[in-house]
Amino acid sequence: MAMLEVKDLHVHYGVIEAIKGIDFEVNKGEIIALIGANGAGKTTILHTITGLIQPTKGTIVFEGKDITKTPGYKIVSLGMAHVPEGRRVFAQLSVYENLLMGAYTRKDKEEIENTLRMVYDRFPRLEERKGQMAGTLSGGEQQMLAMGRALMSHPNIILMDEPSMGLSPIFVNEIFDIIQQVSKSGTTVLLVEQNAKKALSIADRAYVLETGKIVLTGNAKELMDNESIKKAYLGE
Amino acid sequence: MSFISYLVTGISLGSVYAIIALGYTMVYGIAKMLNFAHGDVIMIGGYVVFVAVSNLGINPYVAILISMAVCTVLGVVVEKVAYKPLRNASPLAVLITAIGVSYLLQNVALLIFGSDTKAFTSVVTMKNITLFDGQLIIPGVAVVTVLACIVIMIGLSLFIKKTKAGRAMVAVSEDKGAAQLMGINVNGTISLTFAIGSGLAAIAGVLLCSAYPSLTPYTGAMPGIKAFVAAVFGGIGSIPGAMIGGILLGIIENLSKAYISSQMADAIVFAVLIIVLLVRPTGILGKNIQEKV
Repeated sequence: MAMLEVKDLHVHYGVIEAIKGIDFEVNKGEIIALIGANGAGKTTILHTITGLIQPTKGTIVFEGKDITKTPGYKIVSLGMAHVPEGRRVFAQLSVYENLLMGAYTRKDKEEIENTLRMVYDRFPRLEERKGQMAGTLSGGEQQMLAMGRALMSHPNIILMDEPSMGLSPIFVNEIFDIIQQVSKSGTTVLLVEQNAKKALSIADRAYVLETGKIVLTGNAKELMDNESIKKAYLGE
Repeated sequence: MSFISYLVTGISLGSVYAIIALGYTMVYGIAKMLNFAHGDVIMIGGYVVFVAVSNLGINPYVAILISMAVCTVLGVVVEKVAYKPLRNASPLAVLITAIGVSYLLQNVALLIFGSDTKAFTSVVTMKNITLFDGQLIIPGVAVVTVLACIVIMIGLSLFIKKTKAGRAMVAVSEDKGAAQLMGINVNGTISLTFAIGSGLAAIAGVLLCSAYPSLTPYTGAMPGIKAFVAAVFGGIGSIPGAMIGGILLGIIENLSKAYISSQMADAIVFAVLIIVLLVRPTGILGKNIQEKV
């Protein structure tokens, strides 16, 4: 059974239908990419899964539990973390305090310490800057902080929204390396990206989204060779 | 000597403004709304103590606790009933609702207690301090007010810095969506903020009525608006700002009364607001954080 199953999802903003009935699934251990142009509805899908937006129709099942109606703040303790678009770190809190916010729902101090150690090992730069206000970090460092903060909840699945947006090419490569490491350490990844080439290069499978509908799906390697994908998204 | 005396009274009055302004600024910081009914919660707090002490003969300190409890519940209920349904409405709708709640509270008090001025018995028992052979008298209520203000300020700062709920407040004030993704119950945090702000309003009400012992349904309105000025003056959303703004405003008001004109004092206070907004729109300690992208 799939770890995350989205069925016939419809989302409206007022009268405008942003998501027009989509189905997709994420299996345990996979890296799944949702790719598509600006405005295709990628972010809306992630926001709906983690309860920031309510769908008008459809179901979202996570690890066998229907979470469609679960209040947003209860999602993270079910084992699902979300790295939002534009990082959205807490600018007035220090790096360390931001990471603690990530573990907000966890109780065991010792386990939180262990996870913090793991996050610092994965992002040594965050440890160097732990006392610094998050708002003063560079874009790439903020992205690392947002990812570290999500990992602090010790999730089974991590949803990442445009992690490469606005970053220099060096940082983009670093971020994608880290996503692969996170995946190898056993966390399932649902990745939303405009940088289709990068996303497809690390994903197992991908879904292509166009104005609220899934138009194409398949193995990431195959999609990379697909002529229409090449033309529309890979700039070849 | 009289200057020092005016200054002390000003600081004391300013401390009351500061405590009220804390409620304004916290609610603004978290819910991004101006709760214009905040001043009237002070008045309700005053009436609860008045009824408890004068009519029911309850110990004044117990009465303060009862008043805080009543105001806390009132604040939370007002938020749930009047403001929560407007969470995604335009700021103007919320503002008008807040003004409506303000008039509602005033008129409910008018219905229950009537329009006559009630003589409030000070709950502060501390004696006046006489210095320099009686040339300078510092009222006991002034000392208690300033001390209360300092204790509240320190307590609140520690609460926000050191506790999980406090950090959750900072997170919600910055980004509700991201806070929710961390597992923070945003509505719960907003309720908690209203609870704390309203509990503080009760204390402010008691201190205000102890210093100026007359109570009417409109007692809270003017201090409420001045505390709002203080919050903007200090930088709305900033807790130390509310403190500094409140105390400065109290001093300005009292010295204006003493040396310029007691009738002009309020005009001067509001002129200060206009000047501050022109020169420094973010207030003294207003947040203007530069973020890298």
